[in-house]
Amino acid sequence: MLRRALRLGVGRCPLGRGLGTRRGGSTLDWDGKVSDIKKKIQSVLPGGAWNPLYDTSHLPPEHSDVVIVGGGVLGLSVAYWLKRLEKRRGAIQVLVVDRDYTYSHASTVLSVGGIRQQFSLPENIQLSLFSVDFLRNINEYLAVVDDPPLDLQFNPLGYLLLASEKGAAIMENNVKVQRQEGAKVCLMSPEQLRNKFPWINTEGVALASYGLENEGWFDPWCLLQGLRRKVQSMGVRFCHGEVTRFISSSDRMETASGEEVTLKRIHEVHVKMDRSLEYQPVECAIVINAAGAWSGQIAELAGIGKGPPGTLQGTKLPVEPRKRYVYLWHCPQGPGLETPFVTDTSGTYFRREGLGNNYLGGCSPTELSPQEEEPDPGNLEVDHDFFQDKVWPHLAQRVPAFESLKVRSAWAGYYDYNTFDQNGVVGPHPLVVNMYFATGFSGHGLQQAPAVGRAVAEMVLEGHFQTINLSPFLFSRFYLGEKVEERNII
Amino acid sequence: MAAPRAFLHLASSIWKWGPRDIRGLSRTVAPEGSWRKGRALLQFLADHFYDVKALREYLFRKQVLKVHQKNRSFTHIKEQYGPYIAGAYFVLKQGGAVKFQGQEWMQSNGRGRFSLDFFKFQAVPVEAVDASGCAINYQGLDNLLALKELQSLSLQRCPHVDDWCLSRLHQLAGSLQELSLAGCPQVSERGLACLHHLQKLRRLDISDLPAVSNPGLTRILVEEMLPNCEVLGADWAQGLKLGPEEQS
Repeated sequence: MLRRALRLGVGRCPLGRGLGTRRGGSTLDWDGKVSDIKKKIQSVLPGGAWNPLYDTSHLPPEHSDVVIVGGGVLGLSVAYWLKRLEKRRGAIQVLVVDRDYTYSHASTVLSVGGIRQQFSLPENIQLSLFSVDFLRNINEYLAVVDDPPLDLQFNPLGYLLLASEKGAAIMENNVKVQRQEGAKVCLMSPEQLRNKFPWINTEGVALASYGLENEGWFDPWCLLQGLRRKVQSMGVRFCHGEVTRFISSSDRMETASGEEVTLKRIHEVHVKMDRSLEYQPVECAIVINAAGAWSGQIAELAGIGKGPPGTLQGTKLPVEPRKRYVYLWHCPQGPGLETPFVTDTSGTYFRREGLGNNYLGGCSPTELSPQEEEPDPGNLEVDHDFFQDKVWPHLAQRVPAFESLKVRSAWAGYYDYNTFDQNGVVGPHPLVVNMYFATGFSGHGLQQAPAVGRAVAEMVLEGHFQTINLSPFLFSRFYLGEKVEERNII
Repeated sequence: MAAPRAFLHLASSIWKWGPRDIRGLSRTVAPEGSWRKGRALLQFLADHFYDVKALREYLFRKQVLKVHQKNRSFTHIKEQYGPYIAGAYFVLKQGGAVKFQGQEWMQSNGRGRFSLDFFKFQAVPVEAVDASGCAINYQGLDNLLALKELQSLSLQRCPHVDDWCLSRLHQLAGSLQELSLAGCPQVSERGLACLHHLQKLRRLDISDLPAVSNPGLTRILVEEMLPNCEVLGADWAQGLKLGPEEQS
């Protein structure tokens, strides 16, 4: 009996588990029989989840304690810290779901890779200091037996921020905070600036702040691959797919003041496989939303923001993709080996790339003209006129040598732009109780990823922040209207 | 399904060597090759047995810890005798040599012992440190950076000195005149670029740095960056490929 059933099952094997791909029509009756037989076999054979008829190795596991949506540097960092801080080896099963393992659209690898401590919020400075320590000891943190050490290609040349008359006072205050937190930053007058970097035109500059240590730029790809390698060796599972649906239950509760709230809990995540209709429901206890620029969509899938406006239920995750251009140009007479990462009063920035007088740079559109000219984030096409009209004039004004330059190449990448206050969202959602965020860093996610990963892992495992207190970055600030803004110097 | 089959396959390839073959290999293959073979075996074991992997991870962590312990600061000495004595003690303990202003070079003997006579030089600044081949790393550099009158620093062949360390040398910008980085395996052009803080530098030795990709070009750029400094090592033509007609 059993053998016959097995043969029958094998005969229909290509049907697979793809319930979505099943053809209707004349085979309906047959389908009923097959599922009958399947049930019978399952009751006879030992082991619940064991299914000998179909090869399911390409599917994600049916259970996982934590599902991380997004396999960029933030998601991997959360996975790393979860595995590292777990009490017993193998205590937590972690699954990382990403739909793009070539990282063709990932913000991580399309970024410029800078790291700085010159922020105005103490939390951001602490995050960055922790991350720089992580990057310095990357071969101890991310060491894998038998694999070659990572070469992070860190350029410790510092950031040089320029401030105009208007921004000088703010810059002075910021530097005070930065020094209190332990960053090595110094202030420079235009005179000193001219002596140090003779290639800079100090017209319109009232004050400059210059990072002496722990600032510079590195290779994001190396960090990403290092994390991926380490996390894999620690037993985290990866899945190439897309999250299409969350199955959740909701509880109606009353607060002390008599208000009614609906608490949601996600039980299953539907992971649709890449280029197929097949999907696998993954039972999970915790979902981490680290989908970067697309985390707003993931939050919507979980029902965040579906409610009357003005209530906590109706508060959306204000993260959306924004397109930013990076240009690579060649300038034979350009600044030399000592060139730091320069950010101009206009928001234009550039850094040296390699030894052959090549430079990378760009400008954030919002810093020039708020609201109006946001490029369409649907594709990653580069607008070359933007360089001609918006970037080059400022560059040439600041560094006269850039009058004659030739653009070699350009690319575009996404910011996970937080439209509310341009800072990260970390920690659980107040109503969807088992969804945690690690997103919305609006351009400095890469440099803070190691620290943010640790903070989220602590929140998941311990229930509170331990190393760095990130409570100002909790989701509830969107509802309460408390903006945590970086005070820019422009 | 795939994992057990791979296991069998690998296992058979290992069994095929047999004891005789391994002995045969050790006679013919250069030490480098046999080391790699041993490595492959270790890797195979680590891939298939959790305890081997855990043991190897533990040994690696132990190695790292050892370097860290060697580089801890002597806070007690620093509090009692000042930064110069603490710095000198640190260097001597590591096996380097120290020169106080107006004194002879001091060095530990072959067995790592040294006399503690220098404890009387509390007010005398250290003017030269030769830390060739020492296991100094980023943390250990704290001790040297406290020597504010240091004029000559030699970090030749230090295995743990990297670009991050060089970015800290700006704290010595007021006094440092001679710096030797020859033979440091982890120093690259990225770290050399931040020596632009050291405007008093007169002599810089950057010969034999394996991590620098274009030694000749790097030397030219460093010379441009430090116009008052004599840069040694790395001939400008080094790293250039000779054309076919020149090769013949």
